[in-house]
Amino acid sequence: MASHRHNDIQLTPDGRLRHFLTIQGLSRELLTHILDIAESFAALPGRPVKKVPALRGRVITNLFFENSTRTRTTFELAAKRLSADVLNFNVSTSATAKGETLLDTLRNIEAMHSEMFVVRHSQSGAAHFIARHAAPGVSIINAGDGRHAHPTQAMLDMFTIRRHKGDFTPLRVAIVGDILHSRVARSQILALNTLGVTEVRVVGPRTLIPTEARALGVHVHHDLESGLRDVDVIIMLRLQKERMDGALLPSEEEYFRLYGLTNERLAVAKPDAIVMHPGPMNRGVEMDSEVADGPRSVILQQVSYGIAVRMAVMSLCMQTHAEGVEA
Amino acid sequence: MNDRHTFMQHDAILDLVDGMTHLLRRHLEDRDIRDPALIGIHTGGAWIARELHRRLDSPDPLGLLDISFYRDDFTRIGVNPQVRPSQIDFDVEERDIVLVDDVIQSGRTIRAAMNEIFDFGRPASITLVTLIERGGRQLPIQPDVVGLRLPLQPHEHIQLQGPDPLTLEIGHRGGDT
Repeated sequence: MASHRHNDIQLTPDGRLRHFLTIQGLSRELLTHILDIAESFAALPGRPVKKVPALRGRVITNLFFENSTRTRTTFELAAKRLSADVLNFNVSTSATAKGETLLDTLRNIEAMHSEMFVVRHSQSGAAHFIARHAAPGVSIINAGDGRHAHPTQAMLDMFTIRRHKGDFTPLRVAIVGDILHSRVARSQILALNTLGVTEVRVVGPRTLIPTEARALGVHVHHDLESGLRDVDVIIMLRLQKERMDGALLPSEEEYFRLYGLTNERLAVAKPDAIVMHPGPMNRGVEMDSEVADGPRSVILQQVSYGIAVRMAVMSLCMQTHAEGVEA
Repeated sequence: MNDRHTFMQHDAILDLVDGMTHLLRRHLEDRDIRDPALIGIHTGGAWIARELHRRLDSPDPLGLLDISFYRDDFTRIGVNPQVRPSQIDFDVEERDIVLVDDVIQSGRTIRAAMNEIFDFGRPASITLVTLIERGGRQLPIQPDVVGLRLPLQPHEHIQLQGPDPLTLEIGHRGGDT
C-alpha cells in the first residue's frame, strides 16, 4: 500500500518525523504539532535577533534540480533563523550537468557533513528516491517533486487558514485552477482532509481537473460561481502558461473570463472568506488587482508564514539525528 | 514519575510566594531598582511569576519565555510537545529584569533563558527568583531570591503542578532543570 511505504521512510520506528516528503500518511496530530511549533517561530520577526540557536553548527543544503529563487530563499531564511549554516546547490549548473549521477551528488555533499537536504526536482518521486538512499542521520525535505507533492507549501497554507479561521472542522475550502498539474493542490487536498475540514472543492475547466479527482476526497465544480458559493477559504492556483501552449486552454483572457477572481465573483463566498495564492501570481489571469490587493487577500502573509512553517519542519526532522545518545 | 507524593499544597505555596515577594522587594531596594519587569519561564515559572506580578502590582505586562529552542540539549531531546511562543511585550533594552522559575537544579534552564532574553535586547540587570532551590548545580548560576531550599537526592524529582490548584509533587525519576 503506497501510504505504508511512505510511512516507512518518513517516520522513525517510534513515530517521529525524519523526512518530510509528502502529507500522505501523516496523522492529524503530527500536522497539528507542526502548526503549533510554527507559532513560536511566527513571533520571531518582532524581535531584534530574529533567530534561535536550536540548529547552530548544523549544515543544511538546498539541492535544487529545478530552479526556484523564491522557494529556495525561504528555505534558506528558515535554516538561517535556526542558526544553521546553509549550502546552495543549483544542480543545473553543477557537476550533474557534466554527467554525475543524482546519488553521487548526494554522497559528495554528505561527505561535507550536511545533515539535511531540501530537494526540488522536476521528476515526481525524486525526493523519495533520495530519502531511500540517504545515509543514517540525514533528513530529506521535499520542496516540490514533479506533479506529486509540495508538502511545505501545503503546511504554510494550513497555517494561514488556522491563523485566520481558527478551527478547521467547519470550513469549506475551494481550490481553483490547474489541479491536474499542481503538486501544491495535491498536498493541500491531503492536508485539508487530514485536518478534518467540512468540504474541499476543486474548481476549474474539465481539461485541468484530473478524472480521478473525486478519489482525492473532493467535490468537483466546473462553474466558478457554484464552486465559490458559501466557502470560507479560496485558494487560487497559478496558471502555467505552458498549459495554453499544449492546447489545454484557449487563452489567458478566456481563463480569466471563466475562472478569474474578481470582487463580484467573491461576493458569493462567505462575507469573511479569505483569498490565498501560493505565488507567483499572474495579475489579470487568476485574479484582478482589486482582489489581490484587497482586504480579503492574505497572500503576503502566506509568504512570511512560509518561513515559520519551514523552520518547524526542519527543527522536527533534525531532532532525530542523535539516536544512540543516552537521554 | 513513580512513587509520587504531594509535598506542598496551594495555600502553603502561596505563603512561600508572599515571603518571596517580601525578600524580592528588599533585594530590589538594596540595589535601587525601582522599575523591574518580570519574566516567567514556561510552564511552572510562569505560574509563580503571575503570582509575583500581581503582588508587586507591576505595570508592565508579564513576560513569558519558552526556552525549548535555546536548550543546550535541543537536538538530543527535540521539540517540547507543549512548546508555545515566547512573549515579551516590553522593551528589554536597559531594563532591570526579574526572571522567575519554579525549580532550579543544574542551572541549564536559566542559562538558556538568559540567552533568550539577550536576543530580545540588552538588559541592565537580571535578578533570579525561584520557588524551589534543590542543589545539583552543573553551572555557576545561583538564585537571588528563593522560596524554599530543599536538598533532594539526585534520583528525586520535584515538580510544580497547576495552575489551579498549585501543588508541589516529589517523585523518583531523572529530571534536569
